[in-house]
Formats: sequence, C-alpha cells, structure tokens
Amino acid sequence: MHDWAVRAEGLEKRYGEKRALDGLDLAVRPGTVHGLLGPNGAGKSTAVRVLATLLRFDGGRAEVAGVDVAREPRRVRGLIGLTGQYAAVDDQLTGRQNLEMFGRLFHLGGRSARSRAVELLERFRLTEAADRGVESYSGGMRRRLDLAASMILSPRVLFLDEPTTGLDPRARGEVWQSVRDLVAAGTTVLLTTQYLDEADQLASRITVVDRGRAIADDTPEALKNRVGGDRIEVVPVEAADLPAVAGVVARVCLGEPRVDEAARRVHAPVRDRVSALSEVVRALHDKRVAVEDVGLRRPSLDDVFLRLTGREAVTV
Amino acid sequence: MSTTATASSASSASTPTGRGRLYWALADSWTVVRRVLTHYRRKPVLIAWQLGFPIVSVLLYGYVLGGAMRPPGGGEAADYRNYLLPGMFVMTMSFGFMHTATAVVHDQSKGVIDRFRSMPMAPSAVVTGRGLTDLIVACAELSILLATALAMGWRAESGVAGAAGAFGVLLLLRFALTWVGVWLGLLVPNPEAAGGLFVVAFPLTMVSSVFAAPSTMPGWLGTVAAWNPLSATAGAARSLFGNEIGSDGSWVQEHAPLMAVVWPLAITAVFLPLAIRRYQRLSR
Repeated sequence: MHDWAVRAEGLEKRYGEKRALDGLDLAVRPGTVHGLLGPNGAGKSTAVRVLATLLRFDGGRAEVAGVDVAREPRRVRGLIGLTGQYAAVDDQLTGRQNLEMFGRLFHLGGRSARSRAVELLERFRLTEAADRGVESYSGGMRRRLDLAASMILSPRVLFLDEPTTGLDPRARGEVWQSVRDLVAAGTTVLLTTQYLDEADQLASRITVVDRGRAIADDTPEALKNRVGGDRIEVVPVEAADLPAVAGVVARVCLGEPRVDEAARRVHAPVRDRVSALSEVVRALHDKRVAVEDVGLRRPSLDDVFLRLTGREAVTV
Repeated sequence: MSTTATASSASSASTPTGRGRLYWALADSWTVVRRVLTHYRRKPVLIAWQLGFPIVSVLLYGYVLGGAMRPPGGGEAADYRNYLLPGMFVMTMSFGFMHTATAVVHDQSKGVIDRFRSMPMAPSAVVTGRGLTDLIVACAELSILLATALAMGWRAESGVAGAAGAFGVLLLLRFALTWVGVWLGLLVPNPEAAGGLFVVAFPLTMVSSVFAAPSTMPGWLGTVAAWNPLSATAGAARSLFGNEIGSDGSWVQEHAPLMAVVWPLAITAVFLPLAIRRYQRLSR
C-alpha cells in the first residue's frame, strides 16, 4: 500500500455537454516526477486545475498529500505549489519584490518572507537579476522566478502545467535542470506536457491522457517501446525510386518499411540510430538514388497517440 | 526531512487557528495594496499616464471650448471653468473604473489571479485589496487635479469642511465604480477588450451635468443626463464646493447631495455581489 503524493479516482469535470475530465485515474508516487501527456484539450490542464483547488469537480475523488481536495481546499493550498502555463509573476515588480509579496501572502511574515526570497533567488540563479524589473527578464528567467514563487513553502507537491511552452531550447534546458534539482530535494512534481521528449527527460512515470481519461500509465521506456522507438525516414526526389528506397531501408533496418506514396516517403523502425542512418545514406548513394531528405525521427506524442488510440492526436 | 517540516509549520500558520481569519484577511489585503503602490513607486510614469487624460481634458475643455461656453446661470468663460472643474473631478473618478478593469483583466490573463487562488491566502483579499488601492490612487489623482484647478484660478468658496465633503462624495463614487471595474475585468476576455470600455465610458460621462446643464439638452436626453449618477455627484460636489450648481429645479437635481449617496450605494449593492460571484465562478 503506497502513500500517494497525488491520488485521483474517477475524476469528472463537465462543461455543459462537454466532459473535460471523464473518469480520470491518477496515482503519483512521492518524490518522483510524474508526466501527464496529451494533446491540447485532452484534459491535462483541467486535471491540474482541479488538483490545485482552482476548479471544482463534478465527480470522483482527489487527494493531494493525503488531504481531500474537495473537503479541505485551503489545507491543500498550504501543501502545493503551482506554475501555470503563463509565468504568473508581476511584471512591474522586481524578482525580489515578487518573492517577498508571495511570501507574505503565504503568511510567512515580513522577515521570513525576505530571507526566503534571498534563498530562492540564490537557488534559482536569479541573485544578480534580483533587483531588476521582471519585464526585463528573459523567458527562462521569468519561468525560474515563477518556479521559485511556487517553492516558497517548500511544497510537498508541485504542479507544473506545460512549464516550457514557448521557451527556446536553452531556457527549456534551464527549467528542466531546476525541476531535477527540486525533485532531488524531495519535492513531488506532476508535470503536464505535450512533448514526449520532455516527459521522457524528466518523468519516471507517464500517464497518457485522452478525452479526459487516462489511456496509458507506464514508464517512458515502456511507452516508447510500445510505439516502436526511433524511425528512419527517406524522401526520394522521384516517386519512381520509392521501391528502390524501400529495398535499401528493408535491408538495413529492423522491421518492414512503410511506404507512404502520397508523401513520397519511406519509413522504418531502427535500433542503432546513427549507424543505420549512415548505412542507408551510403547504400542510396551507391545506387545513385537522388534523395531530397533523409533523417531520424524520435517517436512523438502523435506516434504514441496513433498507437494507443488508432487515431491522430486531435487538437481541440 | 527539513522540507516537510517547513511546509507543515508554514501551513499551520495560515490556518484560522494561528491568527484569526479577519487578521489574515486584513493583512493579505494590505499586501495586495502594497503590491500596487510599489508599481507606482517603481514607475511614477504610470500615474502620469493615468492623470494625463484628466489634466489635458481640464485644459482643453476649460480653455479651448470653455471660451465659447457659458455656465447655466449665465456669466463669463471664467465662470464656466468654475462650473466645469468639479465636473472634471467627477469624470476622473468615473473613468477610474477602466483602470480597475484593466488591472484585473491583466492579472487574470497573466495567471496572477490563479496563483493567488492556489495559495492559502484570504480569498477576499484579492478583491478588497483592489478596492483599497483604487481609493488610495483616487486620493492621489484628486490632489493633483486639485492643484491644477487651483492654478487655473478655481476656488472652493465653501471652505475646508465643504471641500472635504465634496471629496467624500467623489471618493464614494469611485469606490462604487471599483466593483463595476472588478466585475468587468473578470468578464472581458483580454486586456485589449478592456481598452474598448472607453467607447462606452466616454458618452456615459458626456450625457450628464459634467460638461453642461441637462436643461440645455433636448428633452429626453436632458432627463437621462439629469438622472445619470455622475450628475448627482457633480451636483453635490458643486454645491459642497460652493460653486454654481446650474439646477433647473427638477427633483433629482434639487436632491443631488442625497442622490450622490444613494446612487453609489445602489451601484455597490448591485456590483459588489456581482463581482464576488464572478470571482467565485472562476472555480466553475
């Protein structure tokens, strides 16, 4: 029997006829990063908003850190941190003023709020920018300040709703590092994302959400294996070369290559990515097949979806 | 584990048992007030923007149009300016609701309100803090407008007590309209839409006794203008300042000081619950 950090059973949330959550089950182990993966409109954000006490729900049960969300929302608020899709910090204050204000609103009292702000600025590498207005911060710094504000009470559970949406790769890496540091210090993180690689990088377990329900709950490895791992993709210049390309790919790669006539594309699963790529390129060169594009593709959310649901990930 | 210890001690401090709910409701409101005052301290230009419009309006209406205008009781252009200035105070108070709405919609769209709502702070503080801040800012606006008016030669003929009463009814109007602003701020989808409120606010301000006596307007328009809540505040402010009232003897204008209290109370009675309900509906 586990003590779950987050536990939801049959969670329901309706907006008129639309069921944003349709019996969602979720169980998050303490001290881990748990990914909620799904396309736009799948119900990820609704789930986080319900668990973070921002939204009332219509059915089911939810507990955060052992506290009933419906019955004691105010106690839950003392145990969680939330970083939403926007960096919810005040642009017109400095980083330090933001953290001191939120610290006061967390009822730390003036002195503790000030010293906690200093600690968090240091921890999220914002000390140098502490007294600058947030409007001058980069996207990554802003998101780190947002994370710092969520960490003021050292929450047991931190909800991160698409924390890297709209960030460049460098800022994304910075945020990922901050999340890893938090988990190393004992925080449980529930992370929503549309990117399989983000969930793969951070989470030890992933729940795939579709139409308000969990359709899979597994480790990132197992999910990727189900999808079939990396694939190689070749696009010849002439459609007439498609059979020749398929022949080359079939010899080098693991499984049966799939030929997509409409997109003038051949693709097949690979295991040893780089050597498969170079062998395919060499073989095509030897056969003098003119190639427009050749590359490796990691399985995306779309692939996971196609495999799990038999249809494309629809964006609602 | 030290993190758990911090979390539990901090959360117990926020429960009603530590200090009373009322204490935290007030303390949290004050933190929200300080937040907005810090905005102005960091960027005094914000208040300049907010005040630019009424000051420019005072100068434009007072000197560009004012030369061609005569006050309701007859007199010179200078007399019109004396009639106009209390009206400009009213206009500044009435436009204030747009600043409230803009600030609220900004916080809402940026997720700041969601962050507040996910914290163990007093939920009422978000709204009461806003109301208090708006009153403090309104005081600053009135002081600067007052200085402009005095520089233009306007005088409160009634002395300090009357002037204090006049500022009282002006702030009461601003207070009432704050709830309209909070309600609208939670209602409109984005900050751009809040900018569109001006299109509604401007004619609503014009159709009143702020610029001209309702008796000079066509019949039905004059009636609407006379009953406009802004006319009540303008009439009350003029009489408390000891300036020309320009009444046509209608009941509502004769009872302007009474209506200057009744209207804001009525607006508050309608829009404060609406704003609170809208805020609570965020969790639907």
